Amino acid sequence: MSTILIIEQVLNGLQSGVMLFLMAAGLTLIFGVMGLINLAHGSLYMVGAFAAAAVAGVTGSFLLALLAALAAAAAAGVLVETLVIRRLYAADHLDQVLATFALILIFSEGTRLIFGSFPLYLDIPSWLSGPVTLPGGIQYPLYRLALIGAGLAVALALWVLIERTRIGIQIRAGENDREMIAALGVDISKLYTLVFALGAALAGLAGALVGAIQSVQVGMGEPVLILAFVTIVIGGIGSIKGAFVGAILVGLTQTLGSVFLPVLFRLFLEPATAMSLGASLANMAVYILMSLVLIFRPAGLMGARA
Amino acid sequence: MIRESYLNAALLAGLLAVPLYALVVDEPFTITLATRAAILALAAVGLNIALGWGGLVSFGHAAFFGIGGYSMGILAFHAQNFVPLDLGIMVFDGTKSMPIIWLVAVLASALAALLIGLLSLRTSGVYFIMITLAFAQMFYYFAISWARYGGEDGIPIYVRNDFPGLNTLVPIQFFGICFVALLLALWLNARLVASPFGLALNAARQVPVRVQTVGLDPTRLKLVAFVMSGAITGLAGALFADLNRFVSPSMFSWHLSGELIVLIILGGVGRLMGPVLGAVMFVALEHWLGGLTTHWHIALGAILLGVVLFARGGLIGLLCGPRGQT
Amino acid sequence: MKKLLLTTALAALATGAQAEVKVGMITTLSGGGAGLGLDVRDGFLLALAQSGRDDIELVVEDDQQAPDIAVQLSDKMIQSERVDVMTGIIFSNLAMAVIPSAVNQGVVYLSPNAGPSQLAGRGCHPNYFNVAWQNDNLHEAAGAYANTAGYTNSFILAPNYPAGQDALTGYKRMYQGELAGEIYTQLGQTDYAAEIAQIRASGADSVFFFLPGGMGISFLKQYADSGVDIPVVGPAFSFDQGILQAVGAAALGVVNTAQWSKDIDIPVNQAFVESFSAEYGRLPSLYASQGFDTANLLISALEKADPSDNDAFRAALRDADFESTRGAFRFGNNQHPIQTIYAREVVQEGDVFTNRIIGVALEDHADAYAAECQMP
Repeated sequence: MSTILIIEQVLNGLQSGVMLFLMAAGLTLIFGVMGLINLAHGSLYMVGAFAAAAVAGVTGSFLLALLAALAAAAAAGVLVETLVIRRLYAADHLDQVLATFALILIFSEGTRLIFGSFPLYLDIPSWLSGPVTLPGGIQYPLYRLALIGAGLAVALALWVLIERTRIGIQIRAGENDREMIAALGVDISKLYTLVFALGAALAGLAGALVGAIQSVQVGMGEPVLILAFVTIVIGGIGSIKGAFVGAILVGLTQTLGSVFLPVLFRLFLEPATAMSLGASLANMAVYILMSLVLIFRPAGLMGARA
Repeated sequence: MIRESYLNAALLAGLLAVPLYALVVDEPFTITLATRAAILALAAVGLNIALGWGGLVSFGHAAFFGIGGYSMGILAFHAQNFVPLDLGIMVFDGTKSMPIIWLVAVLASALAALLIGLLSLRTSGVYFIMITLAFAQMFYYFAISWARYGGEDGIPIYVRNDFPGLNTLVPIQFFGICFVALLLALWLNARLVASPFGLALNAARQVPVRVQTVGLDPTRLKLVAFVMSGAITGLAGALFADLNRFVSPSMFSWHLSGELIVLIILGGVGRLMGPVLGAVMFVALEHWLGGLTTHWHIALGAILLGVVLFARGGLIGLLCGPRGQT
Repeated sequence: MKKLLLTTALAALATGAQAEVKVGMITTLSGGGAGLGLDVRDGFLLALAQSGRDDIELVVEDDQQAPDIAVQLSDKMIQSERVDVMTGIIFSNLAMAVIPSAVNQGVVYLSPNAGPSQLAGRGCHPNYFNVAWQNDNLHEAAGAYANTAGYTNSFILAPNYPAGQDALTGYKRMYQGELAGEIYTQLGQTDYAAEIAQIRASGADSVFFFLPGGMGISFLKQYADSGVDIPVVGPAFSFDQGILQAVGAAALGVVNTAQWSKDIDIPVNQAFVESFSAEYGRLPSLYASQGFDTANLLISALEKADPSDNDAFRAALRDADFESTRGAFRFGNNQHPIQTIYAREVVQEGDVFTNRIIGVALEDHADAYAAECQMP
C-alpha cells in the first residue's frame, strides 16, 4: 500500500471526524450545560439536510441552502426547546430518553409526511466540485477539503465563543454552577434556549454539508446520532475539546479500520475469510475503542466528572 | 388513586382474559398479540430489575435478548437441518426442546451479562448508558456478518419448538407458556425486592455510601442484579424467537434496547407491573394506531410525549401515585 | 397522494362486499425503504383497477422493514384475515422470515421483489412463486455485460451481509476477467471516500457495485465528485426511477442491468408506463413494473382456477399466461422467472433522469439454483 494512499485515507478519516464534531459539539454542549440527553439531535441533522435540499432545489444556490439549514435547524431547536425540552431539565435521564425518543418518531414521520418517501436531491455546488491535486500528487476532492476547512473553522469559532465572549462565560458558568449564574442576574431560561438553538444549528449545518455527498432521506440522522454519542463519551461528556479529540479519533478509527483490518488479516488468513472478518471487525472498531477508553478512563478522555 | 395491588391483579387478569376471549370468538391473531405483549413484558421485567431497582440504565439489553434468540436459533437450526453442532470439545445434534433451549439461553445471557457488567460497572451515569449500548452494537455487527447463521437474513425455524405435553403450535398453548414464564419472573422479582438483597440493592441505588459503611460492596450488588436482569431478558429473547419462528440481528439492534426502556418508563420505573402495563399499552397502541394511518408514528410519539410531560412515574404513577420508598 | 389514498379506499369499498379471493400484501411503507414498497403497491393496485374485477380483496400492511413486525403481520393475515394469496415483501431478510412459514401453512406466495437463493434451490416450494428475479440474476447480468464490454480487471464492492455476498458471487459467476480488488463495506455506510481511494489506486478498468437504497446514492455522488473516471456497472437497484432523481447527473452514462425498462417497446409496457404516470403523477420504477406484473399473473390464474382448488390454481400460475411488461416471461422448474435481462444506460430526458436500453446482457436466463430444486 503506497504512502499516497495512506495519506489520502488519513485525510478521509479527518474529514469524517470533523463533520462528526459538528454533531458531537452540540450534543456535548447541551449535556454539559443543561444535563440533557438529547436523542432527537439526529433529527435536527435531518431537518438541516432537508431544508438545504428544498432551498437548493428552488433557488439553486448552495450558500442559501446552508443558511436555510442553519435557520431551519435552529428554529426547530427553539420550538422543541420551548415546547418540550424545557420541562425536562429537572427530570431524570430516563424521562429525557423517552421524550426525545418520542420526538424522533414525530420528526421522522413528519418529514416523510411533508417530503414523501423518496430521497431528495442535494448536490455539491459547481465551484466546489471535482478533485484537486495536492502536494505529492494526491488527487483529492475539493469539496472534502472544504468540509475539513469548514469544520475546523467552526471548531475555532466555538472555542472563541466559549473562551472569549460574555455568552461563553455564562455557558461555562452554567456548566459548573446553575444557582450562581441565576444569582448573577443571567436569564437562565434564555441562555438554555440559546445553547439548544446553537447545538441544533450545528447539527443542521452538518446535515446540509454532508447531505451534499450523501443521501438525503428520512432516518439519515440515526446512525450519526449513535456515532456522535460514542464520540462525546470517548471525549468526556460536556467537554468541547473532548468532543473534538473524540470525533477525530472515531473518524480515523472508522476509516483506517475499514481499509487496513482486511489487509492485516490477509497476512495470516485466506483472502475470503480475511475480508469478511476484517470488515465485521471494522464495523465493531469504534465500539471496541469506546469500551477500551471507558474501561481505563471511566469518565472519558477529557471528562471532569462521571 | 387506585391501590397498586388491585391494579396489578386487574392487569394480570386482563392479560389472561383477552386471549381466552379471543379463543372463544376464534380470533387467533389477538392471542398472538397478547403473546407478544407477554414476552416483551418479560424482557422488560428483566430490564426493570437492573434499571428500576439497581438504577442501572442499560441501553444494551438487546444484547441479552438477542443472545436468547440466537440460543434458540442455533440449537433449533442444527436440529432441523440435521447438521451436528461441532463445539470443538464435543459434538451436539442441536435440539427442538424448549426447556433445554431456555436453559442454554438463560446461561448464555447470564454469562454475557456477567462479562458486560464487570466491565461496564466501572462507569456510571451516561457513561454506563453508552458502554452498554456499545456492547450491544458489537453483538449486532457480529451477527450481521455471521454468515454461518444467515447474517443479516437471520435463521428461519420452520416449526415451533416442543414442550413436553403441549402442542406449541396452538396459539393459546404457547401463550400459556409465555404467561407462566412472565408470572414466574414477576414472582421472582417481588421476592427479590422484599429480600435482604433487594433492600441492600435499593439502598445501593439511593445512597451507595451507606451500603459501603455496613460492609457491602455496592458494585457487587449491582453486578448480581445485572446478571439476573440479563438472564430474564435472555429467556424472553428465546420465547420471542419461538413466537416468530425466526431469529435475526434486529433482535440485537439499539431500537430494541430503546423500546424496552420505553416500555418500562411508559408503565412506571421500579414498579413491579410497570413493564407489563407498558408492554400491553405499547402493543395495543402499535396495533390500533397502525390500523388507522400509515403515519401512526406521529401519534405514538405524541402519546409518549404526553406520558413524559403529564404523567411522571408512568401510567402506574398516574393511576396509583408516586413510587413508595420500598 | 390524496388521489392515491382515495383509489385505495374505493378499491377496498368496491371489493369488500362480495370478495371471493383475499390477497394479503405485506410491504415496506415507512422508513428508508418505503419508496420501493409504495411502488410495488401502486403497480399492483393499478393492475387490479385495470382488470375491472371486483371479487379481489386486497389487505395492505406496512412491515416497517422489521422482520419481527413482518412475521406478526403474516400471522395476522393467515390467522385472522384468512388470506388465500400473499405478496408484497421487498427485502430478502424479511422474505426469509415470512415466506417459509407462510407457504407451509398452505398460502400461495407471489414475490414481487425479493428472491433469496435459499428459496430458489433446496428450499423451493410449490406454493412459492417469484415474479421478479432470483437475487443473483441482475448481478450475473452485470458480469456478462462486463465481458461483452471488454472489461478484464474489475474492482467489486458490496455491503457485508448475505445479499451483498450473493451480489459479488453472482457477478463473479459470469465475469471472466481478473479482479483488481474486492471489498465488503459496512451495511448502511454513508461515506465511501476510503473505498474510492482504493479504487483509484487499484488500476482497475471497471467498477461493479451493489449498494441498495441510500448507500448507492451516497456512493455515486462521491464517486462522480472524486474525479475517478473508471466506468461503473451495477444492478438496476441503484439506478431506479425513484432513486435517480436524488443522484442526479452523477449517474449519467452508468450502465446497469434490469429485466425491465420503461422503453421496452411493446404495447403492454407502453400502456403501463402511460397509465401509471397518469394515475400517480410519476414515472413507474422497476418495482412498480414488478408489482404490476405480479397482480396480472394473479389475475390470469384466477381466470382459470379458484385458489380453493390448490393444485389447479398453482398449475394456472405456473402457466404464467399473462402479458408481462418486460416481454416474454415464463417460470422455470423452481417457479422463478426465465427471462431476458437488459443492459441500460442512465440518460437525461428534459429534466428527468431515466434509463435507456443499450443491449441484451443475458438472454432467456434462469438462475443457478434451479437444479437443486426438487418439487414434491
